[in-house]
Amino acid sequence: MAATIASFKVDHFQFLNPEGQLVTDGQPIPALARDIKQLLSLYRLMTQVRVFDKKAVALQRTGKLGTYASCLGHEAAHVAIGSAMREEDCFAPMYREYGAQMYRGVKMSEILMYWGGDERGNNFSGPKHDFPWCVPIATQCLHAAGAALAYKLHHQPRVAVSVVGDGGSSKGDFLEAINAASAWKLPLVLVIVNNQWAISVPRSKQNTAATLAQKGIAGDLHSVQVDGNDIIAARYVMDKVIAAAREGKGASVVEMMTYRLSDHTTADDARRYRDQAEVDAAWKKEPLTRLRSYLMDQGFWDEVKEEELLAECADRVQAAVEDYQQRVGDQPQAVDEMFRYMYKDLPHNLEAQRELARRYPPRGGH
Amino acid sequence: MAEITLVEAVTLALAHELEADPTVVVFGEDVGVNGGVFRATAGLQKRFGDERVIDTPLAEVMIAGMAVGMAAQGMRPVVEAQFEGFMYPMVDHIVNHAARLRHRTRGRMSCPAVFRAPWGGGIHAPEHHSDSNEATWAHFPGVRTVIPSSPARAYGLLLAAIRDPDPVVFLEPKRIYRWQREDVVDNGEELPLDVCFVLRDGSDVTLVTWGAMVKETLEAAEALDKEGISAEVIDVATVAPIDMATILESVEKTGRCVIVHEAPKHCGVGAEVAAGLADEGIWHLKAPIKRVTGYDTVMPLYRGEMNYMPSVERILDAARATLEFA
Repeated sequence: MAATIASFKVDHFQFLNPEGQLVTDGQPIPALARDIKQLLSLYRLMTQVRVFDKKAVALQRTGKLGTYASCLGHEAAHVAIGSAMREEDCFAPMYREYGAQMYRGVKMSEILMYWGGDERGNNFSGPKHDFPWCVPIATQCLHAAGAALAYKLHHQPRVAVSVVGDGGSSKGDFLEAINAASAWKLPLVLVIVNNQWAISVPRSKQNTAATLAQKGIAGDLHSVQVDGNDIIAARYVMDKVIAAAREGKGASVVEMMTYRLSDHTTADDARRYRDQAEVDAAWKKEPLTRLRSYLMDQGFWDEVKEEELLAECADRVQAAVEDYQQRVGDQPQAVDEMFRYMYKDLPHNLEAQRELARRYPPRGGH
Repeated sequence: MAEITLVEAVTLALAHELEADPTVVVFGEDVGVNGGVFRATAGLQKRFGDERVIDTPLAEVMIAGMAVGMAAQGMRPVVEAQFEGFMYPMVDHIVNHAARLRHRTRGRMSCPAVFRAPWGGGIHAPEHHSDSNEATWAHFPGVRTVIPSSPARAYGLLLAAIRDPDPVVFLEPKRIYRWQREDVVDNGEELPLDVCFVLRDGSDVTLVTWGAMVKETLEAAEALDKEGISAEVIDVATVAPIDMATILESVEKTGRCVIVHEAPKHCGVGAEVAAGLADEGIWHLKAPIKRVTGYDTVMPLYRGEMNYMPSVERILDAARATLEFA
């Protein structure tokens, strides 16, 4: 006789629908939905991120920035992640979570420096213990797991949060992080920001499971799915799972459903592999419009305020661009800076190479 | 003072640092209750507890990746890979992260982790348990590659590796884990990284080696001595960054050099030594540089492994060949 020895379910959360209306369905509405002051603050940051992102793409298109990974459409997911964390928590990003990082104190000029080909962008003004951008895909999940184990061993009430994409959730590093979180009951939150596309490969080709969140169930982690374009739901879930991790109740996998409205990076052309109709449909669900509608419907926001905010954001972005251009243009890293941080102290065998490098004039990369 | 083997010296150094530094943890498969497959961590979990000597799930990528994460947050993890042949999944984390975290963040973060592994052939082990892959690590900037070849050097170099502020791959020659006993004082005194050790003074030919090949190379030097040939023997110990100054100084004196390593010849660390001599020491050379190495083949299964490994005879032939040049 066969008996069921394990079964599972995955909850999906949404409180603010694409039209900007609260989805009640008899469920209790999170307090954030009524906290207009905080919602306005989050909306301001989401808008700041979008204005910045647009400018960064424009800088790349005009030859003033290297390849750039846009975050267009991910603003609610990213801001929800960053704003749910405490400063002493640790963030291990992939490479487009600017909303989370800006909330935590990373400067826009630092983001530009990184994509502008200067390592100083990784020397964040934000938390010094946050991990730098992580390009190799999903490796950051294990760095966060290691950080979480360090906090646990030292009895510090800190949580490590890492982000991976739907594509990255196919990698062993992500799955091994789930396993590690299970084995040690780590204060860890793994967020899958599911934007439906791993460059040109759609979600449907990553695997056929109903959700990506359920990968966490194999490790007995809290595993939930949330509308990642709904800041209220995304924050609600992040608050819950971070609190659980901090209280020693174990790790979570959160799948945030969103859509990559941009190309993968500025080096990509998504028109080669996806239909515009799909992108047009996704625009109808994007995160800023729905939050704006919600705030406007209640009289807390209007066109005048929106114009003022956009102008403020543009000013701040302009200042960041000037700071970036001034640092990489007028104060570039010297030729021998590539040797400076290879080791704490330069090994003797590198001294001759450093002297060699110093003998030649800088060759500009811009 | 006690007469101990190389593997016991590893245990002694680990215990010393676990005692001295609360941020040190030993992290790997079977390192806890079992004490490691070679007993390198025997008794450590009982003494220091399971939060300092940590048995992990069987996942090398996870072990290396979490070590990076722990090290970046102020700990000093000492990872044990069960065999060098199981280190390959760790390459991504060691090369893409551990080795360059300091560089990438302009000094904001660092990765003081040690990645230990039993290394090399000659113990009749199963497949994938006998590689000599030091050149793999030596090629990548930002990580040190250190190989002890005696109990005293295992103790002193491992202490230095754990205390080093940057990542170290620490490869332990398993064939000589129990070859010799040596008096090792547990005084916490480290030996310097990034320098060669001159194991035997000589004037006619310089024999450069590391790891378990130190055994055959010293035996060859003994045999050459009986033929009236005075061989200097250098243990490179830290194969990256390499101490060419000591090797050059020796070859300046002897004018002849034979490099001995168990790893394949092509792009082996021996090629770097030979290139360094060609670059800066060629006017002192009286004879072509000879390399005695493993072949550019896969390491055979154990019935054939000694056919692969450089023998005393091959070292002697190479040394004698260099002596044929006046």
